[in-house]
Amino acid sequence: MSTTTTPAPTEKLTAKDFTSDQEVRWCPGCGDYSILKQVQTVMPDLGIARENIAFVAGIGCSSRFPYYMDTYGVHSIHGRATAVASGLKATRPELSVWIVTGDGDGLSIGGNHTIHLLRRNLDVNVLLFNNEIYGLTKGQYSPASPLGKVSKSTPYGSVDNPFNPLALALGAGGTFIARSMDRDPIHLRTILKRAHEHKGTSFVEIYQNCNVFNDGAFEVFTEKASKKAETLFMEHGKPLIFGANAEKGIKLDGFKPVIVNVADVSANDLWIHDERDEMKATLLTRFFDDPKKADHMPRPFGIFLIQDKPVYEEGMSAQIADVIKARGEGDLDTLLRGRETWTIN
Amino acid sequence: MTTATQEIKRQTENKELKNVVILFAGDSGDGIQLTGTQFTNTSALLGNDISTFPNFPAEIRAPQGTLAGVSGFQLHFGSVNIYTAGDASDVLVVMNAAALKANIKSLKPGGIVIANTEGFGTKNLDLAKYPKGVNPLKDGSLDKFKVYEVDITKLTRACLEGSGMGVKDIDRSKNMFVLGFLLWMYNRSMEPTISFLKEQFKKKPELIETNTKVLKAGYNYGETTETFTTRYEVKAAPMPKGIYRSIMGNQATAIGLITAAKKSGLTLFYGSYPITPASDVLHELAKHKNFGVKTFQAEDEIAAICSAIGASFGGSLAITGSSGPGIALKGEAIGLAVMLEIPLVILNVQRGGPSTGLPTKTEQADLLQALYGRNGECPVIVVAASSPSDCFTMAFEACRLSLEHMIPVMLLTDGYIANGSEPWRFPNAKDMPEIKVNFATKKNGTIQNGDVTEERYLPYKRDEKLSRPWAIPGTKGLEHRIGGIEKENDTGNISYEPENHEFMVKLRQEKVDRAANNIPDQKLDNGKEKGKILVLGWGSTYGSIKTAVKDCIALGIEVSHAHVKYMSPLPKNLGNILKNFDKVLMPEMNNGQFSKVIRDKFLIPTINFNKIKGVPFSAGEIKAKIEELNK
Repeated sequence: MSTTTTPAPTEKLTAKDFTSDQEVRWCPGCGDYSILKQVQTVMPDLGIARENIAFVAGIGCSSRFPYYMDTYGVHSIHGRATAVASGLKATRPELSVWIVTGDGDGLSIGGNHTIHLLRRNLDVNVLLFNNEIYGLTKGQYSPASPLGKVSKSTPYGSVDNPFNPLALALGAGGTFIARSMDRDPIHLRTILKRAHEHKGTSFVEIYQNCNVFNDGAFEVFTEKASKKAETLFMEHGKPLIFGANAEKGIKLDGFKPVIVNVADVSANDLWIHDERDEMKATLLTRFFDDPKKADHMPRPFGIFLIQDKPVYEEGMSAQIADVIKARGEGDLDTLLRGRETWTIN
Repeated sequence: MTTATQEIKRQTENKELKNVVILFAGDSGDGIQLTGTQFTNTSALLGNDISTFPNFPAEIRAPQGTLAGVSGFQLHFGSVNIYTAGDASDVLVVMNAAALKANIKSLKPGGIVIANTEGFGTKNLDLAKYPKGVNPLKDGSLDKFKVYEVDITKLTRACLEGSGMGVKDIDRSKNMFVLGFLLWMYNRSMEPTISFLKEQFKKKPELIETNTKVLKAGYNYGETTETFTTRYEVKAAPMPKGIYRSIMGNQATAIGLITAAKKSGLTLFYGSYPITPASDVLHELAKHKNFGVKTFQAEDEIAAICSAIGASFGGSLAITGSSGPGIALKGEAIGLAVMLEIPLVILNVQRGGPSTGLPTKTEQADLLQALYGRNGECPVIVVAASSPSDCFTMAFEACRLSLEHMIPVMLLTDGYIANGSEPWRFPNAKDMPEIKVNFATKKNGTIQNGDVTEERYLPYKRDEKLSRPWAIPGTKGLEHRIGGIEKENDTGNISYEPENHEFMVKLRQEKVDRAANNIPDQKLDNGKEKGKILVLGWGSTYGSIKTAVKDCIALGIEVSHAHVKYMSPLPKNLGNILKNFDKVLMPEMNNGQFSKVIRDKFLIPTINFNKIKGVPFSAGEIKAKIEELNK
């Protein structure tokens, strides 16, 4: 999101100003609480007046989000937040528009709108809360659940292959692709701010724990014991390093990423992260191995890719301005008359 | 040919006619629609009253020469008032055997056939599925008609010989020959067509020249060939004084929407997904970007309506348009708009259903879908246009009601009036009423928070119309959240309370019902206020009913006609009108949908008269039914 056209607030705001009077009704221990907290914390720093912010959601646990934000908000229907937000942003380009969706809402029933939003590149932010399960409907597997997932609707294990959400977003032409997690507030706040700064659709996948129906789905990435070994926190201009003692790095062997011991290579040989390299971002989104697999790649967090591409609503407004310039402001009488008329006396 | 004008003019008889129906038919690639449209515009400029009905196949280019590929354009013009495209045709112009076979049954006995002989070769006869060795032009089967065989293809090729154009391109101009010839036959000027060609081919001047040449060749062919001894004249019709233009229904809808946007001071947003026969509304609106119109071609029907809902939340005049199958997909989102209580116009250009049904044919079978076709108790306002130009009026009305009542409105038109055209005495911009929109700017209530009374914006606090305030993003202090979950009145807070749900369901219905205070009373279109038979119609059957009732009254039958345009809520006086008649006849292009509604609301035994063939009623069919009831 760009801040160039959005009016700034007239007073200093705090996280409390973004907290609505509604009682938060997620299950105790849900990862959504942390995400809500980080969003409310970040908002005052964005320098936008509350009235110029809109949160739009679909259906699902995460989609209750707008009710808890004291901004403008729409809690729409299942899968359609992206479409509602597109119409809002197209007609009100100056607003800061945030879409809150989940893996079921945004990748399954609303998958079509998600890819088309990314393709059009409206200047909005998508927060996809991924908990790899349908929570609100009480525990069916989702299009993000791993193959073999045992759930209420798959008592013998799912035979569905999951989406790789970020590879999907990248393939759809996404211009800001990032991943964060509910359990790392500082990282999440950083990514939220960067998402806001980006002009174009910012797609942020947030690993979120559903402690009722899918507890621990991401614990290997989020818990202290394994986090450092299993995750790769990417920083622009810095080498890709991970491991309990930052002892491992990623090196490119031709087109093939390989894990090396940092001690064995010179710093120049390591893969230096470049947020603006689409090809490398493509490889990074493919770091999607099952952590139980031997020799698997660590799971990357941070910004995979940022690209500058035309923004839909600007194109729409510019075209209207061009036509008005070329043809003059529309005159209703001329329109009503049409090209040919005749008179009856 | 080109020197024909210099030759001595033959003696031709000039015969005056009151009205004529011409049906142009050929392959969908033959330029039939263009020929028809040009003849229509020329006749309109001459002051004839007109009604047209294009009829094309669902396939863009169905196999050439086949029955499936026949495209037609029916044109009814006269020196008398015209309300339909005509029951049967006086003249049938056919470019090939299939076109003849598909349409000969609609030609009046004694009618004229103009046949392009090149389209009656063995191959074409085979494609048209005539038995081997049978050529309808030769076997006497057309004896009750006047048949003129013209080798249009050959004459066109001869005319453009040496033009440097390929045969394929030359053949594409043969519709101009047909047009030229008919312009001669009906004493019409070629000028409007020539100026159209100049405009159309501004960037390809060679095409202006060749098409004009063929047009003139067709005209001169009539002038010089001795076969044609009669020319016809159809004088101007007695129309109310004023300035007229020709208008098609979909075009009128688009102009009506733009007018409503101008008159309400809002940005027009149109979210749509391509679908026959509604796409032309999207095309038309996309042309008028200089009115600030924002057209959004969405990825699907659901995104189309949801984008419009987003635009409406943002304070635009938001419209979504589709046809029956697309409206079915929008159902859930219409429910959302009903719960959000925001302005939204949903246009349904109806076509034959169910499922894909008859995409290019007309039907009125989505009325019950419009009224009831959603989950839950989900009432919207429903209005219906009755003619091509009425699409303008009702599109404007749909927007007005939606904005004034903060409620979704379904606007019904159908394939017949959407693609049909008629003369329109268009209004002046200044004569169109303003539509008042007041965005909320101030907090409008209080809530009790413990001991403290807080000033609040209550999004669901209502006025006497039961309409709620419209506070749009960007308005400081009025931040609020709305959604599809059942809510408490006033605050809009989520509520699952049993009493509250029933209250809100009744309230949303009452809100639609109260709009009856803001629509005109039902009028009788024709006939006395009390009598034996009332023909009660709605939508595109207007012209056929109008003509039939007029004819029956002239025969002394005690019959009246009322045509409903506000389908829900119904005009408050409709019940009183119905009471004044012994019999209520309801012609509909469906299986009796409005009749069901009337029976339900007024408990009267309506008489259904249904035609579900993808084509409009003829006036004759309705007239026969009235006569039968009168016995």
